[in-house]
Amino acid sequence: MKKQLEQIQQDAIAALNAADSPAALEELRVRLLGKKGDLTAVLKQMGKLSPEERPVMGQLANTVRANIEQVLEARKTEINALVLEKKLADEAIDVTIPGNEVKMGHEHPMNQVLQEIKDLFVGLGYQIVDGPEIELASYNFTKLNIEEGHPSRDRSDTFYFTDDDSVLLRTQTSPMQIRVMEHAKPPICILAPGRVYRKDEADATHSPMFHQIEGLVVDEHITMGDLKGALVTLMKSLYGEDAVMRFRPHHFPFTEPSCEMDMQCHKCHGTGEVNGQVCSTCHGEGWIELLGAGMVHTEVLCGCGIDPEKYSGFAFGMGLERMAMRRTRINDLRLIFENDVRFLNQF
Amino acid sequence: MKLNRKWINEEFVDLSHVSDKEYVETMTIFGQKVETYERMDSEIKNVVVGKVLSIVRHENSDHMWVCQVDVGSEEPVQIVTGAQNVHEGDLVPAALHNSYLPGGVHITKGKLRGVASNGMLCGLSELNLTVNDFPYAIEDGIWIIEEDCKPGDDINLVIGNDDTIVDFEITNNRPDCYSIIGLARESAAAFGQTMKHHEPVVNGSEAGSMYDFLDVDVPATELCNRYSSRMVANVKIAPSPKWMRQRLRANGIRPINNIVDITNYVMLEYGQPMHAFDYRYVSSGKIIVREAEEGETLTTLDGNVRSLKAGMLVIADENRPIGLAGIMGGENSEIMDDTTTVVFESANFNGTSIRQTALALGMRTESSGKFEKSLDPMMTVPAVQRACELVELLACGDVLDGMIDIINYVPAPKDVPLEPEKINKLLGTSIPEADMVQYLQLLELPVENGVIHVPSWRPDLNLMADIAEEVGRSYGYNVIPTTAFKTSTKGGYTPVMQFEAKAGSLCRSLGFSEIITYSFVSPTIFDQIRLPQDSGLRNTLHIQNPLGEDTSVMRTTALPSMLDILAKNNAYHNKQAKLYEVAKIYLPVEGQVLPEEPKILVLGTYGSGESFFTIKGELECIFSGLRIPKVCYEADQTNPSYHPGRCAKVSCNGVELGYIGQIHPLVAKNYDIDAEIYCAEINVTKLITLQLPEATYVPLPKYPTVSRDLAVVCDDCQTVAEVENVITDAAGKLLRKVRLFDVYKGIGIPDGKKSLAFSLELRADDRTLTDEDSENVMRRILTSLSEKLGAVLR
Repeated sequence: MKKQLEQIQQDAIAALNAADSPAALEELRVRLLGKKGDLTAVLKQMGKLSPEERPVMGQLANTVRANIEQVLEARKTEINALVLEKKLADEAIDVTIPGNEVKMGHEHPMNQVLQEIKDLFVGLGYQIVDGPEIELASYNFTKLNIEEGHPSRDRSDTFYFTDDDSVLLRTQTSPMQIRVMEHAKPPICILAPGRVYRKDEADATHSPMFHQIEGLVVDEHITMGDLKGALVTLMKSLYGEDAVMRFRPHHFPFTEPSCEMDMQCHKCHGTGEVNGQVCSTCHGEGWIELLGAGMVHTEVLCGCGIDPEKYSGFAFGMGLERMAMRRTRINDLRLIFENDVRFLNQF
Repeated sequence: MKLNRKWINEEFVDLSHVSDKEYVETMTIFGQKVETYERMDSEIKNVVVGKVLSIVRHENSDHMWVCQVDVGSEEPVQIVTGAQNVHEGDLVPAALHNSYLPGGVHITKGKLRGVASNGMLCGLSELNLTVNDFPYAIEDGIWIIEEDCKPGDDINLVIGNDDTIVDFEITNNRPDCYSIIGLARESAAAFGQTMKHHEPVVNGSEAGSMYDFLDVDVPATELCNRYSSRMVANVKIAPSPKWMRQRLRANGIRPINNIVDITNYVMLEYGQPMHAFDYRYVSSGKIIVREAEEGETLTTLDGNVRSLKAGMLVIADENRPIGLAGIMGGENSEIMDDTTTVVFESANFNGTSIRQTALALGMRTESSGKFEKSLDPMMTVPAVQRACELVELLACGDVLDGMIDIINYVPAPKDVPLEPEKINKLLGTSIPEADMVQYLQLLELPVENGVIHVPSWRPDLNLMADIAEEVGRSYGYNVIPTTAFKTSTKGGYTPVMQFEAKAGSLCRSLGFSEIITYSFVSPTIFDQIRLPQDSGLRNTLHIQNPLGEDTSVMRTTALPSMLDILAKNNAYHNKQAKLYEVAKIYLPVEGQVLPEEPKILVLGTYGSGESFFTIKGELECIFSGLRIPKVCYEADQTNPSYHPGRCAKVSCNGVELGYIGQIHPLVAKNYDIDAEIYCAEINVTKLITLQLPEATYVPLPKYPTVSRDLAVVCDDCQTVAEVENVITDAAGKLLRKVRLFDVYKGIGIPDGKKSLAFSLELRADDRTLTDEDSENVMRRILTSLSEKLGAVLR
């Protein structure tokens, strides 16, 4: 019987090592260790043994079973690894095939730039506001200190809805200054982007409808130095820390003192020349005009019921299209309103 | 406003040591922005004065001449010319080999009919001159120079091109800067210098008093603040001297004759437009400044017959207009070669009136351009005096005694206090008062005991802030310290803006790209989208003065703008377009001055993969993302812009939001699109009122969900919504979700019927559902479907 057991172990280990699939292994397990298996068959003969031999044989039988089980487990692990390897090999794909198409929408490039500017100002404490595009002449002109008969009021410049020229398409976002100041008490810190309209034929640099961004800050102790600080911060954020700015005196009826801000031309670095030719970006000026600004005019403050002895403020206004065109190198304003998907998909 | 630097340097403040670049930059930073500047000699290069040493007939030509020309070098230069007015000994402009003439003309040596020519002799036109600039020269032929010069001299010096023209952008508040004197004053202040002043002195003559000849009446008191006039007798019309012609030419004004040139010269110098009438044609010696009568006509100096409207200001004699006030004189009183007696007019007219008349007649002139800025009425007398002084200087006539000066305004001296503390507070500076006084005095704003006596030519200075600007720009805007204000306010967006931004980002995540379209449209769009004549949307706001019919009404619907862009993309052969816009529309409101301006979300698509259910799924997704509760879609056959069988009216809680559907093929055709177009229009302004409050956590289910599928056969005409409503009502609260997953018609289903398959989810919050529970629900559903709709289990 000992011989039988040793033979079973020897045969079993050989068979297990020869098995090459989970199914063959399972079949072997049943044949060797199952109720009707070889080992069980041998053990059934135990009854015939003497009481002295029985424990010895029993122990040997257990050892054989344990050995077989150990080999079986080891072989199972080996075979599973092989099976997995084959499965993975079979499942290999061409990863260079393009992914399933997901269509992505694009934000209009001008609104992308606008969003960036708005976020920047929100971070600086500005509340974003908007207002009507069809506006009263009193807000668009009179309360902004733009007198009757001023050329900007002409019908050749401004679109009107009424015979008495009292209702119009706003020509600037500045009426938002009045709308805010009439209803809010200082401190006021707002940014008002929006559509504005002027009677210009559409061409590469003009459009009868375009966008402006108006900023207004009113509080005690607001100075022209603060105006400079706010605008320099904005422009450095938009154009980089090394952007060089300058301020020039200018005239707007609703600010005093007034100024315009220029940025040194990034292409010619202010020299006005590139390789001996007139710089095409700044047309040789060395500077690019960015925006108009100033300290809110005393008359405008008074008109809105704000005491100019106590409060002061600054305001600025800039054209969005020009800024967006500069950022994105769009060279024709008409592209912005044409909305060709080949154009939109670039952004 | 153009200015030649030499004039300023020679007469007012010598800045000749300052380079053009430095001058231009300093002036710009000081507040007088330079648009452009150009050396006058930049176009002509290597052209010199030549002296003709000999001239012989060309051997192979019967009209050309071969000249030996002394051009200041050792050897004479041989130049062939075809001109017939050149003689030995003449001084002529000689363009040498490798020279440049105006317009980029490049002259090189060559052979003319076999004879070497090392350059070209020039006439006036080749040097961009006319006989007005050099009256002794002839138009056709070589310019025989009669100036004080010698062979080899640069022709630019002879012409007077050794000068720089600077073009300033003058702001509206500084009418004084539309003059050489005004800009000289700014130049002097910008460079910290004092300018020279000149008071005109008129010696007078023995020729009598103007009061014996002329009478002036100004009935139009509102439109004419001041009318100053002097007269000159024994006029001898001739060309003006070279220095005057040169200054006029440098400033773009064509010299004509001494009297006319004097008026233009004074206009440039003082900024005060002037006019000279030939006294012979001032009928009865009476000048009347009055408003024109409707239909009156006047032939202006340019030869055009002008038909005048009532209210336009004219200068007239007793019978007829002889000039269009402030704009242009009349041909009937023009200075002629035989003019002997001249009336100088130096007046101050109402700027707005002049501008409007010039605009209405389409004739903006140098003069009207100046008047429309509202000039200083104190300038009329010095200007007319200066003109008379020049008459005497040029010895071209005898100035009559007397001056007629009619004043229709009250001159008000203006004092503004100098408030250094307030100025520093506004600017954010600490400039000492003494510095401020010095700045102001350089600008010729005298300060006395803390008060600034504002001169009449500075109407823009009234308040502390105005003075602060003068101080600030003198101190230097770029020197003012840059600071950060301390106001602490909370930045942010309005809820509406946040909602719109969210809608936009949802659209983009679904593949829609954003467009931006004009707010004004053509009135024909309503026909294009098939709106009936009585549609309320045809009640629009009309722009009274549009650029064109195409942009004349404010849109009341955003659909046509989208269709227009889809059409453009289709025309560009873009195979697919998936676009959105959050667009304002403009709705007139009865009894309200300003319209409402609600915003509409418009979606528009065409191309493969697009269908009603694609866009509807996308819209549902947008609604879900915006936290809009159950939205209702109702078949709509009444919207004429949409396919009657593929359009739904969209609403929520009874609030109508808009439409979704396929665009009607006839509308598509109107836009020349052959593809199927799908659009949705949703009123965002209404939508935002329906938004659910911010989401809060609901505990996850503790008990399992039972899934059941249900396929029923019903009449074809029944809508899924109807069936779904019956299911939901019958199932009770255990039903958590129902979703259609199949619609089938065909084999196995009788004609006129269809099979709808739904997947249902059942769940209780307090226990695991038993089979019996589920069966009960399903049984109730089937009973109800059968009773209410006659639908049966498939």
